[in-house]
Amino acid sequence: MYATNYHRASSVADAVKLQSSSDEAKYVSGGMTLIPTMKQRLAAPSDLVDLRHIAEMKGISVNGSRVRIGAATTHYEVSTSAELKAACPAISHLAAHIGDPHVRHMGTIGGSIANNDPAADYPSAMLALGATIVTNAREVAAEDFFTGLFETALEAGEIVVAVTFDAPAKAGYAKFPNPASRYAMAGVFVAKAGNGSVRVAVTGAGSNGVFRHAGLEAALAANWSADAASGVDVDASDLLSDLHGSAEYRANLVKVMAKRAVAAA
Amino acid sequence: MAKVAMTVNGRKVSKECEGRTLLVHFLRDTLSLTGTHIGCDTSQCGACVVHMDGKAVKSCSMLAAQAAGAEILTIEGLAANGELHPVQAAFKANHGLQCGFCTPGMVMTAVDMINRYGAKLNEQTVRENLEGNICRCTGYHNIVKAILAAAEDMGAAGRQAAE
Ligand SMILES: Cc1cc2nc3c(=O)[nH]c(=O)nc-3n(C[C@H](O)[C@H](O)[C@H](O)COP(=O)(O)OP(=O)(O)OC[C@H]3O[C@@H](n4cnc5c(N)ncnc54)[C@H](O)[C@@H]3O)c2cc1C
Ligand code: FES
Ligand code: FES
Repeated sequence: MYATNYHRASSVADAVKLQSSSDEAKYVSGGMTLIPTMKQRLAAPSDLVDLRHIAEMKGISVNGSRVRIGAATTHYEVSTSAELKAACPAISHLAAHIGDPHVRHMGTIGGSIANNDPAADYPSAMLALGATIVTNAREVAAEDFFTGLFETALEAGEIVVAVTFDAPAKAGYAKFPNPASRYAMAGVFVAKAGNGSVRVAVTGAGSNGVFRHAGLEAALAANWSADAASGVDVDASDLLSDLHGSAEYRANLVKVMAKRAVAAA
Repeated sequence: MAKVAMTVNGRKVSKECEGRTLLVHFLRDTLSLTGTHIGCDTSQCGACVVHMDGKAVKSCSMLAAQAAGAEILTIEGLAANGELHPVQAAFKANHGLQCGFCTPGMVMTAVDMINRYGAKLNEQTVRENLEGNICRCTGYHNIVKAILAAAEDMGAAGRQAAE
């Protein structure tokens, strides 16, 4: 790892200030993506600004149907929160299957969505739940937030502070994990809102990152059942092909994961 | 270089280290606590697992500075008064190790899962919670057996103490 200077921020304002004092500074939350990347010398921030101890970025609250998860909340906390399990068990289930227990004790929802790994789990939940990404500067709809492979709408120095969404009437998540890394080879999050509208988001499979699937949405809006998902045509042409699986293989996985997600919802 | 202070196995320590120093290097090289192992360069094997503020973490995937102010527990801190911790004793009794390289991480992971699940721990939960720990020797069966035995032991001990 190249040399770096560590700073611990005490508030969001403090973090922004620390970050802006160097051109090559980066935020670190759980570090479960960033530290391994620095160890491989694929990232070399001159300064690291630690967000993990900022109280205003932590915790889960459910107000009526409105859910808010602080960006520095760990995967472990999301997977075990009683409030969240009551309001949206699908997201707790998703968090419980990220990586392994040690990764879940450190990794955060804010770090995961800021990183927008095309095989990460959370981006699919954000898109399917129609979540809002709250930053230190503005609120961005998930739809506009995830812009491509490892790309987001975040400006330099902008911090994800929290995510908010309305608890769905029904939701489910199923992923086919890569047997070595546990990242999704295909993961599908299905959600039916209180007003009956259906959103389906797919991670791990798209060649341009997480995306919504119009065909699955229409089929499930007409008939919320695993059978309805079976009849949908999943086009392989925009899907990833790599050593783990071909685009055609992933197209089939998307359909199977959609069926499992509906069955779990 | 900056001063990093934390509590390791109940003892307060404060040492100079670089910003980039990993917690595992701080433990092994600065504090000479070589029980915590390094088995991979990809954050996947779990040989380096320690507890930070009561939760299992991979000490190879965090900086010592990130742990400043925290309570760290390593494999060296488990045995008390010369007696093996029940999880260590169960690994010995159930032949839960062969070469022993993965064992410190396995034991720390086992203690963490027993803390979280207590008496509710079953074989499937144990296997799921070993997701982040790789063993090249045992084939895992005896590790799972040892963890379940220790969980039962510790549950029994807890019940006895409560009676
Ligand atoms: C062995 C292993 C297995 C894993 N398996 C999975 C898996 O199955 N599924 C999955 O989804 N993920 C997986 N991960 C990744 C894990 O979920 C990470 O925790 C997550 O991707 C990043 O979160 P973090 O808090 O650790 O972020 P960090 O590593 O601290 O940061 C990641 C990036 O986001 C930036 N950042 C962090 N927080 C913020 C913020 N609040 N605002 C703005 N920018 C920010 C950082 O500057 C950095 O560029 C795995 C990781 C490991 C090591
Ligand atoms: S040495 Fe830490 S996970 Fe392998
Ligand atoms: S006992 Fe040898 S690696 Fe596990």
